[in-house]
Amino acid sequence: MKHLTFMSLRGALSGAERRRRATKQSPRKGRLLRAAALAMTLVILASCARVDLTAPIPVYDTGVAPDAWAVIPAGSFLQGQAADPASIDYDYEMMVTDVTVSQYVTFLNEALASGAVKVAGDQIAGFYPGDEFRGVKHEVEIAAGDYILVPLNDPTSRFTFEGTRFTVKTGWEDHPMTDVSWFGAWGYCGYYGFRLPTELEWEKAARGSADDRPFPWGYDIARNNANFYASRDPFEDMSTFGSRTTPVGFYNGQSYNGFQTVGSASPYGLYDMAGNVWQWVSDVLPGFSDRFMRGGSKDTYDMDLRLWVRNSAPPTYYGPGVGFRCVR
Amino acid sequence: MQFIQDRFRYLFKSTKGLILVAIAMIGLETALFGMLSGPMAEFGVRDFVVRVFKMDLVQAEREGRIIILYHSIAMAVVAIETYMITGLLKMKEFYKTIVRLLVTVGYLFTMIFGMGFAYWGHNWALHGLYITGLSLIFFAGVLLTIALWPWDKNYYQPDKAYARTKKGVDMERAAFFATALTTVISALFGAIPGSYFGNGFEAFLAENIIRYPEKTVMEYSVIGHLHIMLALIAIMITLIVGRWLNFKGILQKIAMPLMILGTIVLNLGVWGVVTPLEPVAHMIIYVGATPSMLAALMLVIFAWDKLIREGTAGIEKPNGWQKLKALLRDPLKFGPLWQMVFMNFTTSGIGIFMAVRLDEIFRLWPAREERIELTGHWHVLSAIIATIILLYYGDMIGLKGKVRKLYGWAIIILSDIAFGSVTIFEMKRLFIPEAAQQPLVNTVMFLMDFGLGMLLVVLAMVMIWKLVDLFKKKGRWTEEVDHELFAEVKP
Repeated sequence: MKHLTFMSLRGALSGAERRRRATKQSPRKGRLLRAAALAMTLVILASCARVDLTAPIPVYDTGVAPDAWAVIPAGSFLQGQAADPASIDYDYEMMVTDVTVSQYVTFLNEALASGAVKVAGDQIAGFYPGDEFRGVKHEVEIAAGDYILVPLNDPTSRFTFEGTRFTVKTGWEDHPMTDVSWFGAWGYCGYYGFRLPTELEWEKAARGSADDRPFPWGYDIARNNANFYASRDPFEDMSTFGSRTTPVGFYNGQSYNGFQTVGSASPYGLYDMAGNVWQWVSDVLPGFSDRFMRGGSKDTYDMDLRLWVRNSAPPTYYGPGVGFRCVR
Repeated sequence: MQFIQDRFRYLFKSTKGLILVAIAMIGLETALFGMLSGPMAEFGVRDFVVRVFKMDLVQAEREGRIIILYHSIAMAVVAIETYMITGLLKMKEFYKTIVRLLVTVGYLFTMIFGMGFAYWGHNWALHGLYITGLSLIFFAGVLLTIALWPWDKNYYQPDKAYARTKKGVDMERAAFFATALTTVISALFGAIPGSYFGNGFEAFLAENIIRYPEKTVMEYSVIGHLHIMLALIAIMITLIVGRWLNFKGILQKIAMPLMILGTIVLNLGVWGVVTPLEPVAHMIIYVGATPSMLAALMLVIFAWDKLIREGTAGIEKPNGWQKLKALLRDPLKFGPLWQMVFMNFTTSGIGIFMAVRLDEIFRLWPAREERIELTGHWHVLSAIIATIILLYYGDMIGLKGKVRKLYGWAIIILSDIAFGSVTIFEMKRLFIPEAAQQPLVNTVMFLMDFGLGMLLVVLAMVMIWKLVDLFKKKGRWTEEVDHELFAEVKP
């Protein structure tokens, strides 16, 4: 069988011409190879760049009050991706925004003073009465005892602690509280007589009762609807620290230094029910020690902002993209 | 008219033409739909593509769309493997013709009508034709299994250099048969729950439910199906590469029984997830995977040794450097085997590491991280299989000289840059905290896109060259039209 040769691809060049060209191309080839190697080295070096976690953050007043609550009326709604009929037969109220750093620091100061939480090494811990342990594969026993609420001295913490007093780092006051474990969220809500929402409560609050919308504001998502990965809001810089949280209620239709947001509250007036931070919910499944989170975050693509998407993690997990809000 | 008839005969009746069409279809699909996710979405390319092609992307149907997308690509790959098997192994002409006909119509229906249904509104006639395509491929699989029946005396192996029973049954053919048979059975593990969930429109991706302690039988079936089908496609390509490189001798005699045993046990383990054996199914799967991987290792040793011997034929006592040069002399022969080895770093190794340290490391992270690891490592396995096919195809169409080297090394290097980057991306939480990961993520994302993008460019160049060739009266296609793969297997 006749095979394709390099010669046939290059047409009818004579042998001498080919040799001349090959000789002429050698230095160019060498330069190309060196350039490629240099480019590859630069790309790899770029991955080792240090991230400045204390980089200045813009400060904007969103005008949305973090201490406001919205009433979610009893009634039916469409639940989940398949829009199955569901209903909740009681009214409840949910925080209009995620719990902010200011609110959480206030809680820490009050709870530490009252002895409800304590300093345990490099973390703040609080008591949890434990879950029933069934010994299911991969299940971790959560017995009654003290568990981490928030870490101390974490580089991404948004507060400082000087032995007896917690203080919010400047600029982060109205941002959602992050780096908080499920126990930390559960403890906050319980301290004030509130509780974490169930998944069902969370979903009804996010979707409303009128339709099967995938996002709290409707059927489509744009970059100025919510804070998600590479959504180009004024708080992110994808070349260094990546996406950061936006202040609670940021996506309310206001313009911030030319960044025009779209009013993206849920049908009941709740902000940030999609994006910004994952939100812990209360459900505990038998034989499953993970806790669920809803809403997607600044670190996820838009598909994770669809309101039926679930994430989960051990209740001791905390991260810069996880927060919560309460119901009562 | 004769012009079209001749080209049609080449593209849809010859082995190499059929493979060319399938590769071109996969290339087009990958290039188009690859622009809808990941960094392409970030850069705004997705919105542009959706607008230009007037796609209809309903948020609630994303999982269903992706399932159809995966199936349409997978069916084209299955078709390519079928063309290769029917071109490499002896079988009755009737079976060869009918199997090729069914699988070709099947994957084209699956791809064209499936994607039409998934991405351009819900015309249920298209969905019906998509299901028809899948059904035709299933039927082709049944017929292929019959055609591969190893106990037919016409197919006995007379040469003692190959694995055979005392009576002469060809063990390699038996391995092909076992793989085809278990593939057909395993397809049912997707078809049945597919019908169940499809009727209720409750599409889900297995990686999203992986952590839940209680799964239904149907959910287990889906998880088992996707794992085993990919594993079987990988096993089949290993057998195909073995036949192409004329795997024989003592290593082949050990490898073929191991391959048969491994394939059967692996399948039993996966089928076991829908039975009360579920708690021990993973152990059975490990037991099955081990001999299969050992058999693949023997193929690698055999083929590399052969490449070295051929490459140092004129040297009396070759040193290490000369042997290495001989090994790397032909990327199209070295590449498929290297990709099998590389797979252990990016797929098998990662999978085993995750399984061993699941509770101590991976389950301490959010489920989303685990999802990234799961989807990453099986995407890499799929893509490695694709690169092996492309390397074999390069040899099949007779690339020679510098073009052969450029094509072969480009596929190996570009894909491995991409796959290595995916692996670092999956495992990043092991060595970098969440808050400080962005520069690393940027780099690996760039390398992934660069590697895969350039690979697609290389493929596009070959496809354009083949397209141009088709317009020539005495193009290379005229030589390929009657040429069969078994004739190219070197003794």
